[in-house]
Amino acid sequence: MEDVERLEAFQAKIDREEKIEPKDWMPAEYRKHLIRQISQHAHSEVIGMQPEGNWITRAPSLRAKVVLLAKIQDEAGHGLYLYCAAETLGISREELLEQLHSGKAKYSSIFNYPTLNWADMGAVGWLVDGAAIVNQVSLQRTSFGPYSRGMVRICKEESFHQRQGYEIMATMAKGTPEQKRMAQEALDRIWWPALGMFGPHDKDSPNTGNAMKWKIKRETNDELRQKFIDKTVQQAEVIGLTVPDPDMKWNEDKGQYDHGEIDWEEFMNVVRGKGPCNAQRLEHHKKAHDEGRWVRDAATAYAKKQQSKKQVA
Amino acid sequence: MSVDNQWPLWEVFIQSKTGLPYKHSGSVHAPDGEMALQNARDTYTRRMEGTSIWVVPTDAIVASSPDDSGSFFDPSDDKAYRHPTFYVMPEGAKHI
Ligand SMILES: [Fe+2]
Ligand SMILES: [Fe+2]
Repeated sequence: MEDVERLEAFQAKIDREEKIEPKDWMPAEYRKHLIRQISQHAHSEVIGMQPEGNWITRAPSLRAKVVLLAKIQDEAGHGLYLYCAAETLGISREELLEQLHSGKAKYSSIFNYPTLNWADMGAVGWLVDGAAIVNQVSLQRTSFGPYSRGMVRICKEESFHQRQGYEIMATMAKGTPEQKRMAQEALDRIWWPALGMFGPHDKDSPNTGNAMKWKIKRETNDELRQKFIDKTVQQAEVIGLTVPDPDMKWNEDKGQYDHGEIDWEEFMNVVRGKGPCNAQRLEHHKKAHDEGRWVRDAATAYAKKQQSKKQVA
Repeated sequence: MSVDNQWPLWEVFIQSKTGLPYKHSGSVHAPDGEMALQNARDTYTRRMEGTSIWVVPTDAIVASSPDDSGSFFDPSDDKAYRHPTFYVMPEGAKHI
């Protein structure tokens, strides 16, 4: 088949809302876009374990500790689902990790901010997982089968993540004045970076291009960001906290909130690696990977030995 | 042992309840079957999603090609008589 014909058949399939599977023909650009997006998503899940891992040993109760552990373990799982989805496109796990370590592949900038105290565990679960959910619910309808199936599985697991964070915030917000202040400051710190998670405005978004036409993305950055804002402002009000945006107000005509502008210069700085924790996050990942090497080697050696025993017998 | 590889790939099939068919859930990397099972358990059944797991080396799976799916499946295209609705039942007959 000619490429033009193939491209038409491919687009027709997408327009019929049929999923593209790994062995189907696909344009090279589609494959490339997916590898970039899925690997960035996978790396975010994995690097995202660090800011929360920071608080496991200092969780204020046993309940809080087991919850945080379970949440972080889920994120490791999410990373694995997504790496496997990326691998179906013909890239190996080694290459994916190599691209993370070399800086060629990105992960969500939100994880380059530090988590300063326990209230940040609340704000991260509530806002960061909350923003991730809005994005991932939308991606359940992405056109690539393995990515879509991964998103369905992840969405089932995410809702506890957001609820446990919101519960922490609610508890602190009705605690001592000092605790309430900590909760408000955590919201102040994490609100804007959380809005940044949806990426640049649609008009400045370099990667949108064919992503909408090919239904890799189903909603634009600005649409998703608006959805998140509209859900979250009310949740803040319920627990007596205030979103740190003086321009935030309900727009009756549009049926949604108007909001202030994100500081895009800071956003781009963090994307470019100048955030407070960029270097630390990558260093830690490399170190953990290197230190785990003997385990991989030992398991490989053991498997080989068992294999040769079997052959002798 | 200088190649730091991530081990072979295994496909994971999970039976959610006894009596139901096994369903593909995803894949894991592991050096051998035993570890593949353990990794599959940790990755895909953290919330009691399964009663039983199969793992199969990915390269042991032989798959039909999506490009040929038209001709591959067409032997069954024109065999409507394999479906119960093909048959005309006499008026008034019950439980059939
Ligand atoms: Fe996640
Ligand atoms: Fe999460």
